[in-house]
Amino acid sequence: MYLEVNDLTVDFHTEDGVVHAVGGLSFEVERGSTLGIVGESGSGKSVTNLAVLGLHNPETAQISGSITLDGQELLTASRSTMERLRGNKIAMIFQDPLTSLSPFHTVGAQIAEVYRKHKGVSRSVARDRAIEMLDRVGIPQPKLRVDEYPHQFSGGMRQRAMIAMALVCDPGLLIADEPTTALDVTVQAQILDLLRELQEQTGTAIILVTHDLGVVASTAHEVLVMYAGRAVERGTMREVLREPRHPYTWGLLGSMPSLRQAVDEPLRPVRGTPPSLINVPRGCPFHPRCDFMELLGREVCTGERPELSPHRGHGDACYLPLKQKTEIRERAAGKETT
Amino acid sequence: MLRFLIRRVLGAAVILLVISAVTFFLFYAIPADPARLACGKVCPPETLEQARRNLGIDQPLLVQFVSWLSGIFVGRDYEGLGHCPAPCLGFSFVNKAPVFETIMDRMPVTIALTLGAAVIFLIFGVATGIVAALRQGKPLDKVASVASLIGASVQIYFVGTLAMYLFVYQTQVFSQPKYVPITEDPLGWFNGLLLPWLVLALIFTANYTRITRSTMVENLNEDYVRTARAKGMSGRSVVLRFALRGTLTPVITIFGVDLGTLIGGAIITETTFGLQGIGRLAVRAVDYSDLPTLMATVVLAAGAIVLMNVVVDSLYAVIDPRVRLS
Repeated sequence: MYLEVNDLTVDFHTEDGVVHAVGGLSFEVERGSTLGIVGESGSGKSVTNLAVLGLHNPETAQISGSITLDGQELLTASRSTMERLRGNKIAMIFQDPLTSLSPFHTVGAQIAEVYRKHKGVSRSVARDRAIEMLDRVGIPQPKLRVDEYPHQFSGGMRQRAMIAMALVCDPGLLIADEPTTALDVTVQAQILDLLRELQEQTGTAIILVTHDLGVVASTAHEVLVMYAGRAVERGTMREVLREPRHPYTWGLLGSMPSLRQAVDEPLRPVRGTPPSLINVPRGCPFHPRCDFMELLGREVCTGERPELSPHRGHGDACYLPLKQKTEIRERAAGKETT
Repeated sequence: MLRFLIRRVLGAAVILLVISAVTFFLFYAIPADPARLACGKVCPPETLEQARRNLGIDQPLLVQFVSWLSGIFVGRDYEGLGHCPAPCLGFSFVNKAPVFETIMDRMPVTIALTLGAAVIFLIFGVATGIVAALRQGKPLDKVASVASLIGASVQIYFVGTLAMYLFVYQTQVFSQPKYVPITEDPLGWFNGLLLPWLVLALIFTANYTRITRSTMVENLNEDYVRTARAKGMSGRSVVLRFALRGTLTPVITIFGVDLGTLIGGAIITETTFGLQGIGRLAVRAVDYSDLPTLMATVVLAAGAIVLMNVVVDSLYAVIDPRVRLS
């Protein structure tokens, strides 16, 4: 496995108490494959990725567990080691390309400086590389646009430039944190296509953070559903989207508009609000919002915290027997089609 | 960019014209008779009349203003006093010399005082601001914020006088402040101005520390700063190349205002340290009802501020490409 995250825990010490942003999270990403991480805001998706990049402030964040990239442990790596890896082996693209690109530097300069920093090449070589990258991500007239500033680019172009910047050193791992959220729908599809195409060419492993299940369906090979800083379901894209097992995943899928649904039928959002990460609910963190607790009884759901099971393949963190989950899902599906 | 500059300079010229006019009519409306002052203690009516004619104040106000204005560009002849070459800002009957000469005589003092102090407070203020922002909440940050609070609260006549007492009269750490032209004796120039520079800088630094710190704290949380980190930029380059860039705009803004104000006359500083600059000249002009000189110092002060505004606006465009293009 290219990236292995084991039992990752990230706590933040704040004035209000300790925020348990991520607790005991494990996942893996292979070269050439895309892992979609799905969850509501505050489910720990971004915190996890910033931990992989080593971008948390060590004074406020307490991180434990293990993150290895190509066999190299990242959590204990020195600052200079991480600086050498960031932008070079691990790259990240962010949600809002306008605020994520420096308004003071030309797009070309921002791309070239990454290449210069990590490859130690001359200015002119780096500039040529920046033009080549802009061309690769589909920016027309790259020789002219290389000297323009981000505010002269359109939203989609900015995200393309961001991708060019992230991929300039051919990183083994690309983390895309909601890369299409700030873009309109047609541009979204273009950007996702671009990512897929570049992945085929380079074999980069991608972590795609999103709360948009449509994005997951079109892009991810594997899916990890997160809730309150924990993995609640994991499997291939087909498994998780077609045969979801965890009540939270059902909730997420139910809150998605579908073509089969009548136009006037209201969306069903997941009941309740995301839990406080300072006082994470005992037992299954989802139990206060779960519609199926009475099937198991409060004692079970608030007892020991469920782990992902089975350990490999399609697994979820819920005590409901698999048979019962399948029945519930099929009954719901039947209701929807009739 | 050129069009922008031309527009700004024209705008500045209009503002200066308006300020000159307002000042002129305001000053010449007050019941002081420059001719009486010019004519001396024993002043027979005919001599007074002659003095009025010589000074041109027997003319209507509007005519006076126009001749004052044209004097700046083509010079003026004063009957019995001689020629006042362009740029002529009037003739001081107190100093018995063209005002422009006196101003040029005093200008180096004020400029040396201002620029020397400005270099210190700009560099020192921005540097402490950056350090404070990076050490947010740490002892160093707290020391810096207490120090800048003190710096912002004290007045120059207090610190200046105290510094003079402690470091000049009691311990002779610094030499007595005085102005020696740099062309005559560079070391003497430096020594003579060092204490005023430091005192002035002490007071102004506080503001720069505060503004740099707060904008820097904001900028360090900007997405593009996070991006710079995410692409492996070293800590120093993240701070200096990315975060600092956005901090420069507010710093330049107050720097322009401060510099303009100080060049217009650091009245209290010059008085405290006994330096014969523009500020002192203005105060003296008030004391002696020396209207031409006073008028010139007011227009000069306004000009300094207007000029600094144009400079600052142009610098915005240099710092931030978004300003350049819109």
